[in-house]
Amino acid sequence: MINLSHFLILGAILFCLGLTGFVVNRKNLINLLMCVELLLLAVNFNLIAFSNSLNDISGQVFVFFILTVAAAEAAIGLAILMVFYRHKHTIAVAELDELKG
Amino acid sequence: MEQLISNITIAIVLFPLLGALVAGLLGKKMGCTWSHRATIFYVFISFVLSLYLAKLVFIEHIPTFNLVVYHWGISGGVGFDVGFLIDQLSVLMLLVVTFVSLLVHIYSIGYMQGDPGYQRFFSYVSFFTFAMLALVTANNFLQLFFGWEGVGVASYLLIGFWFNKDSATAGSLKAFIVNRVGDFGFLLGIAAILATYHSIDYSAVFAQVDTTLSQTITVIPQHPWSVITLISLLLFVGAMGKSAQIPLHVWLPESMEGPTPISALIHAATMVTAGIYMIARMSPLYQHSPTALSVILVIGASGALFTGLIAIVQNDIKRVIAYSTLSQLGYMVAALGASAYTAAIFHLSTHACFKALLFLGAGSVILACHHEQDMRKMGGLWKLMPITYLTYLLGSLALCALPPFSGFFSKDAIIDAVHQTTIPGAHYAYFCVLTGSFVTAFYTFRSLFMTFHQTPRYDTAHLHPHESPWVVWLPLVLLAIPSVLLGAWLVKPLLFDTPPLLAQSVVPHLMESPQTAWSLMEESIHSPAFWLVISGIFSAWLCYIAFPALPKFFVRVLSLPYFILIKKYGFDDFNRVVFVDGSKSLAQSFSHTGDQVVIDNFFVNGSGRAVVFLAKLGRKLQSGLIYHYSLLMAIGLIAFLILILWPLKG
Repeated sequence: MINLSHFLILGAILFCLGLTGFVVNRKNLINLLMCVELLLLAVNFNLIAFSNSLNDISGQVFVFFILTVAAAEAAIGLAILMVFYRHKHTIAVAELDELKG
Repeated sequence: MEQLISNITIAIVLFPLLGALVAGLLGKKMGCTWSHRATIFYVFISFVLSLYLAKLVFIEHIPTFNLVVYHWGISGGVGFDVGFLIDQLSVLMLLVVTFVSLLVHIYSIGYMQGDPGYQRFFSYVSFFTFAMLALVTANNFLQLFFGWEGVGVASYLLIGFWFNKDSATAGSLKAFIVNRVGDFGFLLGIAAILATYHSIDYSAVFAQVDTTLSQTITVIPQHPWSVITLISLLLFVGAMGKSAQIPLHVWLPESMEGPTPISALIHAATMVTAGIYMIARMSPLYQHSPTALSVILVIGASGALFTGLIAIVQNDIKRVIAYSTLSQLGYMVAALGASAYTAAIFHLSTHACFKALLFLGAGSVILACHHEQDMRKMGGLWKLMPITYLTYLLGSLALCALPPFSGFFSKDAIIDAVHQTTIPGAHYAYFCVLTGSFVTAFYTFRSLFMTFHQTPRYDTAHLHPHESPWVVWLPLVLLAIPSVLLGAWLVKPLLFDTPPLLAQSVVPHLMESPQTAWSLMEESIHSPAFWLVISGIFSAWLCYIAFPALPKFFVRVLSLPYFILIKKYGFDDFNRVVFVDGSKSLAQSFSHTGDQVVIDNFFVNGSGRAVVFLAKLGRKLQSGLIYHYSLLMAIGLIAFLILILWPLKG
């Protein structure tokens, strides 16, 4: 029987995957954006699981909002990426260290 | 009457100060002539007024006059006053000081002629006279200390008078620093008096002495000391500094870098005898401390012999007389130790005359030889400078203590007193003072023969010594008179009259039988001291007139003692190695470890370095890479979650 814990564990695994991808990735800024999406989806997963478990629809409503925002964010993120590439001629994360102290 | 004496005393003390101010502040405007006229005039007034006081005290026998003229302050029930004590002792000192000072002032006209610091010189000398007069007329310890420091300052200024000479500034500094050691003990002594007697007035202190005979004080734990012994020894430390007693004598030979009139006035006749005067003045106190008297006797007697020996190997004419002064001061201190305070004061007075005479005579020679002080470059001057020679000879005979010259009576009294005393160290002291009389005669006549006899060793082609001007030889003559007569004139009233002349001021010393000057001279033929003096003079004649090769032979045979004497027993080297180099290396180590390593390196630069180090550490965090920040963010998030959720665990 699949219960709430299983959903939560799956959400946590997804979250960790996203986080690990975010940290480990050195090459590509697009991967970064994808990992951010994955993190958001993991959170959405938790929201839906709790919504189902508690019989409260607001969790699912919230997920729609998040997906919308995530879509907008992805669009803006890709736009910045384009501008950035034109400026730097690279999208490798390891070379983006202009904030170094 | 009281008002009159009070006014006279104030005038005696303050007129030289006025002279110092006039010559010092207006000297440039008045010019040389009026500067010396003004200072000499004021000192002359002081001298005449001192003579008048002497008439009142010695002839009309007015009672001891003790007057407070000004309350400077009162603290804790103790009054700090400006006051004067006029009795026989202070009047005798007034006479000595003003007389020698007056003659030195006159002499300086000739000696300092053409010196760029002419007015400054007269101003300093008058200031010295003022301080010395304040010292001898004081009726309390504070004023005594004021005069004591005042003469110290004047001595410092005058030794370093030719401040372009390195040796002069070094000498003045040495005098000042060594005196500081003595003054430290002196100040502690005054503090001990204040703590014990709750007063700094002489009369109040002496009145209470009997109540503190058995009182003890614990300086070192478990060793209670008699408080009187402690006070006496501390005051004596001050006297050791000022009166140049072993081991604080090292400054006096260096002080000869000053002009010669200064050596005569300050470093022979007056200032260096301040310690003798002080102990004589404190005789009611010292009389109750046999321990202190023993120490004084041994130190004084050692000085009398051993510093005299150094004089034998000196070639600088002023240094010979300087070591002779040390030796004679040793005699005076030995007399104090033997409780013969009157004899010490007696020798102080005669010594002031003949030693000032010798110094001024040496100055006259130095002047004639164009400031050459080395006796090896003199010789045969007696024909060219008859007055100087004659007065120098009289001074030498007085110094050798040959009857009937003045030194004989005072030194005879001292040797006699040391012979009679029974306190510990008396035998050693007697040996020292007796041998010292041979040594004194030897070095005195050695300097006389080397300077005035023998063949001329100066550059006869270019140097033509001639007799000095009258301002120089007049003081010599005026000093030669008391050098010859003073002893015979004073010996009876000072030592043998009942009551003795100074009976009201110092504890009198009991002589076995009253004698006259004549009987003393007759007796001296049978005394060892007389024959030692004769043999000393004869040896000097043998070594420097009859067989001039003898000294060189002795130097070769007795090379070790000669080396020790040339090195002055190593006091100077000891001081240089231990105190000068020691304090230098101590300062060096403080500057190195304390200042450079601890403060500069550790605290100042160290805190800077710590900031730099921490900042470098902090920089490492700011890699600028997004994934680092995100990892930290995640870790921080997890950490906060754990922190919040952990207490809810159940």
